[in-house]
Parts: sequence; structure tokens; C-alpha cells
Amino acid sequence: MDEHKKYPNKLGIIGWLGGGRWGIERYLYTLHRITGLGILLYFCLHIFVTSSRLFGMNAWEKWMGFFKSPIFKMGEFLVFVGFAFHALNGIRLILIEFGFAVGKAEEPVYPYKSSLNTQRPLMVIVMVVAAVLIVAGGYQFLGFVH
Amino acid sequence: MAKKTQKETDIIFYIHRFNPDVDSKPYTQKYTIRVEPGMTVLDGLHLIKETQDATLSYRFSCRMGVCGSCGMLLNGRPSLACNTQILDITMKNLTVAPLPNFNIVKDLVPELTPLFEKHISIHPYVIQNKTDEMLDPTGEFYQSPEELTKYLQFSYCIKCGLCMAACPTLATDSEYLGPQPMLQSYRYSIDTRDDGFDKRKKVVGNTHGVFRCHYAGECSNVCPKGVDPARAIQLMKRELVLDYLKIKKHRSTSFIMGKPEGVKRRPEIPKAPPFTVEQK
Ligand code: SF4
Ligand code: FES
Repeated sequence: MDEHKKYPNKLGIIGWLGGGRWGIERYLYTLHRITGLGILLYFCLHIFVTSSRLFGMNAWEKWMGFFKSPIFKMGEFLVFVGFAFHALNGIRLILIEFGFAVGKAEEPVYPYKSSLNTQRPLMVIVMVVAAVLIVAGGYQFLGFVH
Repeated sequence: MAKKTQKETDIIFYIHRFNPDVDSKPYTQKYTIRVEPGMTVLDGLHLIKETQDATLSYRFSCRMGVCGSCGMLLNGRPSLACNTQILDITMKNLTVAPLPNFNIVKDLVPELTPLFEKHISIHPYVIQNKTDEMLDPTGEFYQSPEELTKYLQFSYCIKCGLCMAACPTLATDSEYLGPQPMLQSYRYSIDTRDDGFDKRKKVVGNTHGVFRCHYAGECSNVCPKGVDPARAIQLMKRELVLDYLKIKKHRSTSFIMGKPEGVKRRPEIPKAPPFTVEQK
């Protein structure tokens, strides 16, 4: 059988985004990765910009002025949104990865309930807290823009 | 989920086809069949094969959700074709594709070899330190109902590979063990008859092991047997962390219950027939 060619059928990164009948936790997984990368990107930019102070006051002020534009304010707000989500969802994941909130093994009885159901209240709490933080943060940030 | 209808309906099947001898990549072929209430996707495929296109390939065996052969991607969700009624998931169109994250052998037939190889790699059997007892048993290992419950759920796995197809980590990292093998590593390690945790932790604790799981949870959503791989994986992580911190509770292996003493064989129970093959 092995001499036949086979077609590789990996879902790949596209598979993270959707295109299936998936549950909400799988989308949170994707969002967690995206926000993680976003925060990393911000971190690099941040190091780069703050290091401009090394090249004198002028360089520093030039960059600071550049980042005053509303576009970057919006960008900063997005970083905050990403951070709020990533931090809170991260706490949920840490708890779960230490075996909390997933419940104990039980006899599967149809219709099956899984550890996803067990951890869902935690997920909802965490997302509500993230949303409250984001709204509160948005209030602040938008206050700056106007 | 679409509302259940009691009427016969025409359903259009969009089936992914791929013939390794002719095609360079998969393409979609359209078939329309009349679907009665209660018909499963596997019934639909049989009907197409019998009445419209005999070249269609798919894998099945038990047609009752036991053998784990007929895993497919049905309207974007890994499911068993024999376990899914058509009118439960659609009233119009049904896309049938082979399970993703596995190579396609032909049409709807995935190559499940990586699943089995990874499964074997975690030593999916009871490993005993008492080798003498394993070779020449003197009794049964005692296990309480509570001890049984700890792994029973995870032992219902039929190795259908749906969880592997649903896993987003496996979608980008082919060396990742995947839900099914990691679940099995927990199932055996938590078994009180087993002493194999130290052996398994080397496999599941590495970079492509349990700590790559970030609880997308889709494996547990799609599992047709309610096995809940995501739960087992998190519990395995806990065991590994406790072990790493050297605070994992030592568990002794089940004791051996010898043969019952002081009881006589009831006369109405006949003797076992003689061996038909020579005993070593
Ligand atoms: S854990 Fe469930 S979905 Fe995964 S192989 Fe076993 S039975 Fe199939
Ligand atoms: S044919 Fe056996 S599980 Fe579907």
C-alpha cells in the first residue's frame, strides 16, 4: 500500500481560524495565540521605541510625537484588549492545566457531558471579567482620543 | 443542529474525491439522493455507491459506532458516518470530507497509521513490576469500584481518530502526540494494577507531549464515546507536575487476591474440557 502516493490533509493554521462546526473553547484557543503574538509584537516595538532615548532627546520626541496619532492610540487600545483577554484566559488555562475545573472521570452517559461543561462557568466568569476590564479601559482610552 | 423532520427530503452530498493514481489533489463531486428520516450518512454513502457511483471509496465495518472505522468530516465536524443521521445535521447540503490531520489514501479513506504508532509509543498496556506474577499469575489484582471509575471512562476509546482530526495543535504540529495517545497514557498510568508511569512520562512529558495542549477542548466535543480526552490530558499534566515537584502521592500497586480458600467446587459445574493445543 505504501507505494501509493497519499495526499497530506493537514488543517494547518487556516484550521485554527474556523471553517468547521467547532465549540467556543477552540476559538478561544486561537484567540489566545493571536493575542499572544500581538503582545509579543507590541513588546518588540516597545523596546525599539523606548531605546530611541539612547540616541538623544530629539529622537525620543520624534517617536513620541509619532505615536500620539489616533491610529496608534487605537492600536494601544487593541494591545490592552489583547492583554486583558490573554491574561484572564491564561489564568483559566493554568487552572485547567493543573487539573482544576475539569472534574473527575465519570461513566459516560448519553448525551455526553465532558470537562468542557465542567469548566464552562469558569470560562464565562473569566470572559465577563475580561469584558468589564475592556469596557473600562475603552472608556479611558477613548477619553484620550477626544 | 437542524430541526428534525419526519419527511423524505432530497439532500445534496458534496463528497471530496481523490484517486492517488489519477488526481494531483482532491476535488468535490456532487450527488443528490432521497433521504428518509433515520438514514445515517453511511446509509447515504451506500446508496450512492449502489445506485450512482461504484468508484466511491470509504471505510466502514460495524455500522453501529463500535469499530471506529467510518470517521469523516461531516459539514465541518469530525463524526462517525454510521452514528450521524443525515437529517439531524442538514436539510439541504452535506459536505463529506475525509478526516483532516491524516493523509488521504483515497476518497474518504484516511491513513490512520500515525494514530496507531503514537498510541503504541505510550505503552498502552498494564506494565507490572512484578514480572513473575505477569508470567505466572497466582491470583487476581484487587481493584475497588472507585479505583475502576478513575480510568473506566477513558477505556471506552474506539480509536476512531475523530479527536485527532479536531485538534488544532495537531493541525500544525505533526509530531504532537494528539489527544488519543495522551488520553491512553493517563488511562494506564492511573490504573492501580500498573507501574508504568515513569516509562510513559518520558514520552508524554516531552516537547510534543501533553504540555502542548492548550485546552481547545474540541477532542472531547467530537468524541463519539464520551471519552473526554481533554479531561484525561489535563489530569495527566497534573500528575506530571506533581511528579516533577516530587509531591506526587506514592501509590502502591494492587495487591493480589489469591484463589479462594476453603471452598469446594459445586458438583453441578462441569470440569473444563481438555486443552486442544499442547501446553508448554
Ligand atoms: S478518544 Fe474518542 S474521538 Fe478519540 S479516538 Fe478515542 S473514541 Fe475516537
Ligand atoms: S462503521 Fe464502525 S464505527 Fe462506523
